Amino acid sequence: MSKRSIAQVLVGIDGNTVLFGARKIKTKLITEMHKHGLSEQVQVIETGSIGPANQGVIIGVYPAGEMYGNITEEEVVEFVQERFVKGRPYKKLLLSEKLPAGIDLTAYDSRKTQYLGRIVLDNCGKINPEDIEEYIGMRGYEALGIILKEKTSEEVIKIVRDSGLKGRGGAGFPTGLKWSFTAKVKDTPKYVICNADEGEPGTFKDRLIMEGDPHKVLEGMAICGYAIGANTGYIYIRGEYQLSIQRLEKAIKDAEKLGLLGENIFGTDFDFQVKIKIGAGSYVCGEETALLTSMEGFRGEPRFKPPFPAESGFLAKPTNINNVETFANIAPIILNGAEWFKKLGTESSSGTKVYTVLGHIKRSGLIEVPMGVTLREIIYDYAGGMSSGNFKMTQIGGTAGNLLSSEFLDVPLDFQSLKEVGYSLGSGAVLIMNETVSVVDFIKCCMKFFVHESCGKCTPCREGTRYAYEILDKISLGKGKADDIESLKLLGESMKDSSFCPFGQSAPNSLLNSLSLFPEEYNNLLIK
Amino acid sequence: MKNLEELKKIRDRVRKDLELRTGKHRIKIVVCLGTCGIAAGARETMNTLIDLIAKKDTPDTIVTTAGCAGFCQQEPMIQLYIEDKEPVVYGKVDQKAAEEIFEKHILKGEIVEKYLFSKGK
Repeated sequence: MSKRSIAQVLVGIDGNTVLFGARKIKTKLITEMHKHGLSEQVQVIETGSIGPANQGVIIGVYPAGEMYGNITEEEVVEFVQERFVKGRPYKKLLLSEKLPAGIDLTAYDSRKTQYLGRIVLDNCGKINPEDIEEYIGMRGYEALGIILKEKTSEEVIKIVRDSGLKGRGGAGFPTGLKWSFTAKVKDTPKYVICNADEGEPGTFKDRLIMEGDPHKVLEGMAICGYAIGANTGYIYIRGEYQLSIQRLEKAIKDAEKLGLLGENIFGTDFDFQVKIKIGAGSYVCGEETALLTSMEGFRGEPRFKPPFPAESGFLAKPTNINNVETFANIAPIILNGAEWFKKLGTESSSGTKVYTVLGHIKRSGLIEVPMGVTLREIIYDYAGGMSSGNFKMTQIGGTAGNLLSSEFLDVPLDFQSLKEVGYSLGSGAVLIMNETVSVVDFIKCCMKFFVHESCGKCTPCREGTRYAYEILDKISLGKGKADDIESLKLLGESMKDSSFCPFGQSAPNSLLNSLSLFPEEYNNLLIK
Repeated sequence: MKNLEELKKIRDRVRKDLELRTGKHRIKIVVCLGTCGIAAGARETMNTLIDLIAKKDTPDTIVTTAGCAGFCQQEPMIQLYIEDKEPVVYGKVDQKAAEEIFEKHILKGEIVEKYLFSKGK
């Protein structure tokens, strides 16, 4: 930055905004600034997702902290004229006078959790993800440097364990414990795998983390590698995530150039390299054993556990697999300590959770909130309330997640509280629906997805999803009979009990929830 | 990268660039950059202030711009917002005046009566 710069315009460039022409808008902003002789004073910088997902191209203006949305190429001319030549907020497109980075957690000052800022998304929408120096400026790679110099691998695992971090992929297994399993195994080489095969419909948090702050994921993986004794990391990423792949590839190259990845990192004898493996778009490959099978070059089918990946994972070697968001939590935990992390969130689930909120709400998009925030707070405080109609139900954790009715609005969203009511937190998608949505049609849609994605290895899942879909279809067309409801229940329960992998075990989740929460919706459609 | 010190060197260099986005800003200087202000030399005033911030290393101070405030004969005008203090408006702030105000008001907290236009909201 030249020292003359007085303002910075950040253009949020992620998978969504690219489709709205974000790159063209960035170019146009630069041209317009130049035209007004403002090139020196106002810097135009590319960044990851700023947050909102249904507001077109989003730009942020610093230091004022304003956020603008739905900006088009034509509008840029007037925007620059008003905002930078005349120097007043451009009211027409102003979404908020405070960027999400500044508001998300401050709303909870009065709770027992004091404001600690964002953890995972701290840099998203703030730094240029393609500039490694900006990441370093935000204390990037410092955690890696510190542990290589001062800590043994046991100490690193202890910090992660003490922090209470649980896996953010959905199952919520304690991360430190998982690391210690792989660390204990004598066999080498060991592998670190980052599960970035985010296939859950409605979930796109991992994509936005990778697009907004790729180095944070790499640093977390390298720290994990040091802790468990691995020298190779793989990122298994969805092929559709083009921008994430590009940015990760650039990040790896830049980090290698500076000696932050590769051989003899920080002048020590620790080597760690990261490779990218692109998935071919199969939903089941997000399941860790299917992911391993796919990485080995076979058809992506799950395999039996035990042996667990910690003992016999990729190429039958000890392997530690974590989700993108889990890895993104590691460097901040090392830098700030386990106690710091524990302060945020609830007793059983420390830290924050990144959610993608969508559906019938005013502001859909990406948010990061402390664990234990309730659904009501997410809908009415963060998402700005319902966009139309009244709240009817919500599906958390994506299609394989659970369906919740209004009586669950005040249940704290964390691993333990949800377990107590028989639910799980899942991947982080929060789909909110109003009374115009038919429960039966919605569940039918979800089931259709599972029919399509089932890998076919085990009968309960392959046949169960298909039959469930057929029965649901029949009911939705008004041709169902009373005993069809019983069949659905039996089918769902059997799939849960007898499917081979979490895919088939969780496929009937929402179906079973809907049968107990909204029985009248089914009954109304039956032949009387 | 041979050691942590090298990393910290990059960090500290870049951190200044990121200050606009991350820092806490205690002092905000608003330069009126309407047509009248620009004609009277507000741009030069602004550049002087920006140079001073860099030179004196006061990253908690930011400069932004605004339009004409309606007192064109007083241009170049600047408004000074300091945390927990009443806003102060200075008039006829040329480069020399800007240096004086920066030295006295921003660094030491003394109001420069010579250029004072108004005080309070």
